[in-house]
Amino acid sequence: MIEARRGIRGLAFEGWTALALVVAPFVLPKIGFVPDTMNRVLVFGLFGVGFDLLFGFAGLLSFGQSAFFGTGGFVAAYLLTRMGLTSVMLGLAVGVVAAAVAGLLVGMIALRRTGIYFAMITVAIAEVFFFMENSPLSDYTGGENGLPGVPGPTFNFGFASVHVTGGWSMYVFLAVCYFVGLALARRIVASPVGRIFVAIRDNPLRAAAVGHDVHAYKLLAFVIAAAYAGFAGGLLGVLQGYMPPEAFTFDTSGQLIMQTVIGGLGTLIGPLVGAAVWLYLRDFLQGSLGMGASWKLALGVVFVLLVFFLRRGVVGGLSDLIALARSSARAPGKAAPGGGDDAPVFAAAPQNSNPAPPPARDPGEPEIAGPILQVRDLSKTYGGLAANSEINFSLERGELRGVIGPNGAGKSTFFKMLTCEINPSSGSIHFEGRDITNLGVTEVCQLGLSKSYQVNQLFTRLTPRENITIAALAERRGKFRLDLLRNPADIPGLSQQVHSTLALVSLTERADVPVSGLAYGEKRRLEIGLALATSPSLLLLDEPLAGMSPRERVETVKLLKSISKGRTTVIIDHDMDALFEMSERVTVLQLGKILVEGTPDEIKANAAVREAYLGGVLE
Amino acid sequence: MLSLPNFAAQAFNGLVLGALLALIASGLTIIYGTLGVLNLAHGAMFMVGGYAGVVAYQYSGSYLVAVAAGSLFVMALGLLMERVVIRHFYDRPPEDQILVTFGLGIVYVELVRLTFGSLSQSMPPPSWAAGITSLGFMIYPTYRLAVVGIVAVALLALYLVLYRSRLGMIVRAGIEDAVMVDSLGIDVYRVFMIVFGIGAMAAGFAGIVNVPIAPITPDVGESILVETFVVVVIGGVGSFPGAVLGGLIAGEILSLTSMVDPSYSQVMLFLVMTFVLVVRPRGLLGEQGRA
Repeated sequence: MIEARRGIRGLAFEGWTALALVVAPFVLPKIGFVPDTMNRVLVFGLFGVGFDLLFGFAGLLSFGQSAFFGTGGFVAAYLLTRMGLTSVMLGLAVGVVAAAVAGLLVGMIALRRTGIYFAMITVAIAEVFFFMENSPLSDYTGGENGLPGVPGPTFNFGFASVHVTGGWSMYVFLAVCYFVGLALARRIVASPVGRIFVAIRDNPLRAAAVGHDVHAYKLLAFVIAAAYAGFAGGLLGVLQGYMPPEAFTFDTSGQLIMQTVIGGLGTLIGPLVGAAVWLYLRDFLQGSLGMGASWKLALGVVFVLLVFFLRRGVVGGLSDLIALARSSARAPGKAAPGGGDDAPVFAAAPQNSNPAPPPARDPGEPEIAGPILQVRDLSKTYGGLAANSEINFSLERGELRGVIGPNGAGKSTFFKMLTCEINPSSGSIHFEGRDITNLGVTEVCQLGLSKSYQVNQLFTRLTPRENITIAALAERRGKFRLDLLRNPADIPGLSQQVHSTLALVSLTERADVPVSGLAYGEKRRLEIGLALATSPSLLLLDEPLAGMSPRERVETVKLLKSISKGRTTVIIDHDMDALFEMSERVTVLQLGKILVEGTPDEIKANAAVREAYLGGVLE
Repeated sequence: MLSLPNFAAQAFNGLVLGALLALIASGLTIIYGTLGVLNLAHGAMFMVGGYAGVVAYQYSGSYLVAVAAGSLFVMALGLLMERVVIRHFYDRPPEDQILVTFGLGIVYVELVRLTFGSLSQSMPPPSWAAGITSLGFMIYPTYRLAVVGIVAVALLALYLVLYRSRLGMIVRAGIEDAVMVDSLGIDVYRVFMIVFGIGAMAAGFAGIVNVPIAPITPDVGESILVETFVVVVIGGVGSFPGAVLGGLIAGEILSLTSMVDPSYSQVMLFLVMTFVLVVRPRGLLGEQGRA
């Protein structure tokens, strides 16, 4: 995923940012920026780096960041003004920890719900922090007066001691802080954790289904954003020499959101640009144009227009322009390969050149004798409707089982219970000798049971390569790991696994095209690839052939045969010819019950099956 | 301080506040339940209703004209907002909807600030509800008692429109499955627009009715919005009865806690919300539906 080429480009980004931070004090004052404004831009830019990780990458829109901004700020300011702490950096560090802890506690409540609930709860929580600061804790925080007298840091370099007071020395200090924060965030974004954040934003259900602990990662994003907010809050106190209670207000959260959206979401540097635009316009409209209080109205209108038309903000818009200019400069004939339905499906790859499928995972313990999957008396009822009733089902290791049944027979419900997407009403499921009934979908996937969906569940904003990487990461790293600074390229075996999975589902050629540009058949294969990349020992495929053209079917049947080697596979499909050709045994479901089970030939000859399909029962 | 009359007065204050919150939250929740849009400008619309009503009062001197003007102006604003902006956001992620309504809320607040300044505006209660009333065990401002009745009537009207009319049937069907309603030949977008107008009107109505109790400033909508969120989370998103119940609970919590220590009233409200979230994540009367 992260190739060397990208890595170099990534460092170039850091270089350009550093250069811009160095040049800014020589250029920006000429157009009217004063040092104090630039310093505020840096503080809000840093605040925004964390928020962008949370919203732009993990997709969580929080209106409560002021709570952590204030917490970090007031804890640091309290230590430095009332407790006599002399080390400013230590005070800031404690502030960061306090904000992160507050973030953890708040996140545990707010992340109980998603979407609009999450937004509403964060609003409410931020208000409570403000009220707490204002009254009950006013002995510590100074209430409406805030905490005056926050000192600037002193750095002793041996040969010289520098005391940061204000103006340009403060700029240098804040610029270094900002740069470190930005570089750290860039590492996080490039790490496996950062990749998973993006996948969760894109499709949380699938991220959980391939084996990632979605809740834990969301909480992590929330804590990281809170830590950044706490750091920025502490720096605000240092910058102003005074910790203002306004840091805690809802307006602060609102300003952060608006600056981030104006600057560009998902760019990390966008909030800095947004803060510059915001504060510059504030000074410019208020001062030079004499618009007084209406500057905020103008910014509000700008914000609404940006949300309407330029969702990726100033930075996103600029980078789109640059990309456009670059692509039109290239030869126009060399467009991306088209992805129509008539595009070569499998590039006519001869069967023998197909790579070996990734091996089914080793159970670790000595192999348990007996069936790999044992289902007893499994039932699922919705009110009075029995979707599945008393299903007994057993799979031998290495078997390829077909499951057929008329529409509404309960096939997909059965699969959903096996992968623990839904809990059965009664009965039990044992996988590899272990009771997995009522376990979560993530845990079950981590144990080696994975499913491809009837309706594609892809990470649509990522490329096929990134999709497969997300799934493979779950197998390589487990359901949660804190490798925030790790380069995914350093994970042993990962790129090999991604490469071979892509080759197996014949998407190597199309690995870096966005998913939205894939043909239907290609998306279908990617869907299978996602399940496959978790190296399941039991693979469930829910209608893998659905919606495919006859030609695609032939190729996909070949693919299914090759991936079922060395692993246990269950396939639901309506294409009986294909299933009879592939399967060793076939189970027929009807009206939520198992009608019959046997070899393809036995099923073909069975009168009850014919009746079920041709409707003889009802006629 | 914890005398019976004092307690009764605070309990009544809680009822008044709760009734207003219930009405505002109902507006927010029917918009969300029907359109799937969380309107962050809802607090601003409460405020706009107050200002529109006060302006009408300054010209007419009539309370009824003020209430009608405040409600209708905000309804018109809601219809316009749905038609011009919200309609283009149904197919966009919920975050975009939240951001755009948040931005519009700021625009409304700043427009009002530009027009009327930051000083508070007020309006006296109508002559028939001026003064105080003796309830035997305590005396209480007549207008506040009247507000409970006025809001109850408004909530009843909202209930009748939602549950006893053809429009309401379409709205409730639309909550279940908007695509299906659309394919039955009913113009869902027109219904959406009307619902947005009605929901906004509920906020505007509450805004002007509240002015004789508490003078209005451009920023008043912000804290109202936050309290409304808590009400909706407690009651259950998208649930009309939940909004009413949640409003009454929130009003009493805020009032009764501030009798003991005003600085803890918001904190207590939040603690109750957290408790509800832990025990019943969907809210007290929340249904599966869209939430």
